[in-house]
Order: sequence, then structure tokens, then C-alpha cells
Amino acid sequence: MRFTRRDVIRTGAGAAAAGAIGNRLLGTPAFAQDAPKYTPEKGAKLRLLRWSPFVQGDETAWLALTKKFTDATGVEVRVDKESWEDIRPKAAVAANVGSGPDLMFVWFDDPFQYPDKLLDVTDLGDYLGKKYGGWHEGPKTYATKDGKFIGLPLATIGNAIVYRESWVKEAGFSEFPKDTDSFLDLCKAVQAKGHPAGFTHGHGVGDGNNYAHWLLWSHGGKMVDENSKVVINSPETMKAIEYAQALYKTFIPGTESWLDVNNNRAFLAGELSVIANGISAYETARINKDKDPKLAEMAKDIRTASLPIGPIGKAVELYQVTSAVIFNYTPYPNAAKAYLQFMFEEPQMSEWVKGSSGYCCQTLKAYDDNPIWKADPNYAPYAKASATLRNNGYAGPLGYASAATMADYVLVDMFAKAVTGRATPQEAMEEAEKRANRYYRV
Amino acid sequence: MAVTTADVQPRPSFLSRVAESRGLLSFGFMLPTVVLLLVFLTYPLGLGVWLGFTDARIGRPGVFIGLENYEYLWDDSVFWLSVFNTLLYTVSASILKFALGLWLALLLNENLPFKSFFRAVVLLPWVVPTVLSAIAFWWIYDSQFSILSWALMQMGLIDHNINFLGDPQNARASVIAANVWRGIPFVAITLLAGLQTIPQSLYEAATLDGAGRWQLFRYVTLPLLTPIIAITMTFSVLFTFTDFQLIYVLTRGGPVNATHLMATLSFQRGISGGQLGEGAAIAVAMIPFLLGAILFSYFGLQRRRWQQGGGD
Repeated sequence: MRFTRRDVIRTGAGAAAAGAIGNRLLGTPAFAQDAPKYTPEKGAKLRLLRWSPFVQGDETAWLALTKKFTDATGVEVRVDKESWEDIRPKAAVAANVGSGPDLMFVWFDDPFQYPDKLLDVTDLGDYLGKKYGGWHEGPKTYATKDGKFIGLPLATIGNAIVYRESWVKEAGFSEFPKDTDSFLDLCKAVQAKGHPAGFTHGHGVGDGNNYAHWLLWSHGGKMVDENSKVVINSPETMKAIEYAQALYKTFIPGTESWLDVNNNRAFLAGELSVIANGISAYETARINKDKDPKLAEMAKDIRTASLPIGPIGKAVELYQVTSAVIFNYTPYPNAAKAYLQFMFEEPQMSEWVKGSSGYCCQTLKAYDDNPIWKADPNYAPYAKASATLRNNGYAGPLGYASAATMADYVLVDMFAKAVTGRATPQEAMEEAEKRANRYYRV
Repeated sequence: MAVTTADVQPRPSFLSRVAESRGLLSFGFMLPTVVLLLVFLTYPLGLGVWLGFTDARIGRPGVFIGLENYEYLWDDSVFWLSVFNTLLYTVSASILKFALGLWLALLLNENLPFKSFFRAVVLLPWVVPTVLSAIAFWWIYDSQFSILSWALMQMGLIDHNINFLGDPQNARASVIAANVWRGIPFVAITLLAGLQTIPQSLYEAATLDGAGRWQLFRYVTLPLLTPIIAITMTFSVLFTFTDFQLIYVLTRGGPVNATHLMATLSFQRGISGGQLGEGAAIAVAMIPFLLGAILFSYFGLQRRRWQQGGGD
């Protein structure tokens, strides 16, 4: 969904936003007149724990903007980082023991694991939503519970096809296929030319889950229905598995052992023609830290595209979603809220999205027109991540069961088992159904 | 009337009585250890056992649900697969570590040139942090960039990369090999220390009695080394059984859970999945196996008759 000027005017604070964004009044103070006022507590110091950046520009911009906040308010903010997979356990421990960082960037359904340990930021969420044209529904789902914001949706990490244009053309495709059937044809063709595709069937938290959910959802399958009844054992899932089996035959060997980094590594080494990844794969080649001439040449040949659309006829994808949460044990709730407010306001959020070079997709619709999405044609497929996002555990609610089912790689294992021939599609589905039922407590 | 000084000896002060009381003094010396054990061992263990009987989730204390977690695990094929993997991993790796470690210890016990240097080098795999060595093995086993596959292909022995971590059997063998590589130094150096405590005179006496090299090993070295073997292998088995880092870095339990150990599954369910109760139950389920291993080494390997060269 695109955000237009008309949409802005429809919202309550439309006029203010149109003024701030449309005219790009970069000098406007971040704390607008109708904004909630959070006066930082005396002597407040904040500690933010975030995931390690995948694109350096993200961290550089965030730290620079944080310094701006410190200069404006006198509140010191220490920003620590952890590998993205370590965020979940760290956040869990902080929530459980009631001590640790004041704020955290968490992933997926994390806020739903300990909602009562998080500071209610509904006032801030509502204010930002109204001012900036509304939140994208997908990321908002991950940060709201019972109508209340238990965090602020920070960003969606888009996932798209990353491919080598010359090899795709060599295989007889003038443009990248838009539907799953012609995508299979392409994968067969590039394999025949010695430049296979590769998608993660191993326990890669991001890539493994993204691929498995795309396979399932694009064919109309789902883990549970609206009432949280496990419905994975279905004809749609069967079709998805059969499609995955056909696709797997075209892959480079070893994808069932892949973790998150393997596809990037093999792609950048010139072993693969097609992968699905965040913008980081392309950015590594484009930035080319070591000035490797081969990599520079490759960067010119890399293109990105949205994942092909399956029989259901529309784009639906999982994507990684990150939310900013404040733990309610913080002694400085006002300072923490003021910090988030500052960072989500124009021009800070715009600068951060821009600095992330397309890695972090905005969650507020007003930022959809960020110039970064037009700065490089390869960024474009990542611009719609927040709009086409479907939440984990679809069509049921987010919660313990959806988080646990994903963490236990139920879907990833179902496809991996079937494509490698260790189970028939029917057996793989039945096992996934049984495993999911354990979490959905049937 | 004269009073002898012996009759009016001053009553010892409280402090000096405490200092002279063996019981109180021993208690005082033991107190720090007792506190450490209670705080860092007994309490977490007790808490873990308790959590296993609750439906605790991250951010929620949970209520007592009896054996429900265990009943769920009983019907869980992934849990049983992890039990099988853990036993296979522990037994295979321990046997290999013992055999290779003992062999290495015997070699290092000989009068080699640069003996100290070799002994220091042998310790390297043990000294390197597990995560670092695991990352090195991750590259060695990479499905596309494995140095082993590359070398074998250069030698013309194979024509495609070996799928080290993608095939379940290969993946199990690969993680066991990595664990063995890492664990050998501990076994070797500890057994070497044991070997050096065996008096040379025993070997001389046995040689005079006409014993060959094998008989020297079988009737002198092995019986005298058995107590240290028992301790070393108990520790080795415990370390192997509870291994986590190696698997987490190399495969994260994949492919299709073929390398999931009970420890990694416990983490995956308890922390990543947020099901603290179930994760704790898996961890608690490891205790009987660990106790079994300890009892085996104490009552099995430490039998006096066997140590003294007698048969079973």
C-alpha cells in the first residue's frame, strides 16, 4: 500500500505531517507541538541493546542520531550490540530477571513472550501512527497486543531474489520470472548452464524460515487457521512440498546444511546464480571493502527481484521484523520514550532508513517515499517489505505457540525432510502437524 | 597455703577455642566452598528440576503441571532422536578420544627430542576456545568451500564436493570428528601425567621376568593407569554428553535434527522457543544418563581386582 498526500490529510494530524514531510523542514524541532512530552528523569542514562548491523550504514546512522538526542537532551545513551541470534535469549533473560538494558531491538514475536514486562507505549505508537500516515499492518501486528503497543515496530528486513543478470539471460530469460512455474523453469535452465540456484533448507533462522514460509504461503498452505487449529496437513501444503522437491533438484548440493550465511558466501564466490537474501549480499559486493576487482565486476551484474508469486496470486512473505521495546523495570521510562520518539520522528527516521541502504524497511507509511528506494534499482524490491509482510503463525495470532513452532524449525524441517527424500510429502506433513500440535496444545 | 600455678590456669579465650577445635575450623574452611556449591550448583540444579515440572515460559513463572512435560517428550520423535544422537555422539567420541588420547600419551611418554615442545603443541586444540575451533571446522566442512573436498578433488580422488553437514550420516560423523579433535589433548595430557607416576622399577622388574612390550603395557601400565583413566574418562564423557557449542555453530542441530543433542534441543526449546519448562525437562532428562556414566566409571573401571592385574 502506498502512502499518498491524500492519505495524510485523512489522518488526524495530517496537516502537521504534510508540512513536516512534504516540505522537508529538516530544521523543525523533533518534539512538535502536538507531540506527547516526555521529560527525561533527572540524571537519566539509557542502555540500548541492539542486534549487530548487517549493513554498516545502519549502525553509523543510528549512533550519529543517538548522539544528536544526547546533545539535545543531555541523556546519555549507551548502545551495545549482540549477534542477532543472541538477542532473543538476552531479551528473555532481561525480562525474566528484571534487569539489563533499558531498551532493546527484538525480533519477531519476542514482545509476545513477555508482554507484561514491557512498557506500554500506546501513547507514542498512536501519536507516531497518526502523524506519519499510519503503521504498516504487518510490523504493527508484531508490536501490538490487545490494541496496545508493547513496543514500536522499528523495521522490516526485506528479503528478495538476488541474482546474476548475465547468467539468467544466458539461460534464456530476458527478465526475472514473476511466477513460481516460470521460476522453476529458470532454476532448471541455470542449473543446466552450470550456475545453479541455492535456497536454505538448513536451520538458518532467517533464510531457512523465509524460504519455507514463502514455499508454503505462496501455494495457499498455512500452519494454523484463525482459531489456531493446526491445518498444515492440507492439499495446499502438499502442492508446496511437491514444488519444493522439484526446485531442490536444481539446487547446488548441500543446501540442507546451510545456515544464514552460506547462501551469501556461495553467491559472492560466484558459485550461484540465484539466492534469496536481504540487501546485504548485494551491498557486500557493491561496497567491496577489499577493492576486489572480481567482486566489483560481480556487483555490476547483480540484480534483485521480488520473490515469484505462487498459485494464490499475491506476494506474501515472512521477513524478519524488529521492534524497539522498553522494559518496564527501567528507572527512566520517560527518557526511554523520549529517545524512541526522537528517533522515530522526521528527519531522524528518514536518515536512518537512508543510512541502512535498503536493509531496514520503514514501518511508518510516511517514510515509504524515502529517496533510498530510488537511489539504486536493486533497492526497489526491498521497499515493499513492510507492506507485503505476513506475520509468523498466520492465520492464527502471535504468541508462545507461533514463536515456539518457528524456533523449533517445524516448517523448515518439513520441507527439508521431504526434499531430501527422508520422508514422503505425506509423512513430512503429518510429522509437522504432530510437532505443531504440541505447541498449539491439541 | 601455697597455691600451685597449675590450678589457676586462665580459661582459654573463645577465639583460641575455635582455633583449636578441629570440627569448627574444618567447617570454617569448608564454608566458602559449601556456599559456592549451594549458590551456583545446588540452587540452579534444583531450580532446573523444578522448572521441568512446570509450564514456565519466558516471562511467565508457570505453575506445577507434574509430569506433563515428560509425557510430551515421551511422544516426541525429535526428543528421542536427540537422545539417540547424544548417546551415539558420546559413546563414539569418547571411545575414539580414549584410544587416540592413550596412544598419544604413550608416544609423548617416550624420550622424544623436543618433548616439551610437542607436549605444548598437543594442548593447542584444548586451549583454543571451542567456538573458534568450531568455526574453523565449519569452513572445513563447508558444502562449497571445504578444504578437504578441494584437496581430494585436486588429488583426483573425488569429482564433487563432499556433503559433510548436509547428509545425516556424514553430519554425525563430522561433528564427532570435530569433538574428538578437540577432546584428545585433555585425555592425552591427563593420561601422560598418570603414566609418569608409574615407577620405572616396576617395568625393570617385569622386564627381568621376561615380559614383552605388550605384557608390560597390559600388566603394568594399564592396571596402574586405571584410576586415572576412570577419572579422565568420567570427565570426558560428561563434557561430551553436555556438548553444545560445537553443534550450535556447525549445524544448529540440522540437517533435519540429525545432529541435535539433548543440550542443543534443550536450548532451542527453552530459550529460542520460550518453553522454559520443556527445555528444563530435556536438560533434567540428561541427569540419569550422566549419573549412569559416573556410576559406570566409578564402580566399573575402578574395580580393585582388575587394577591389580586380576581378571574380571
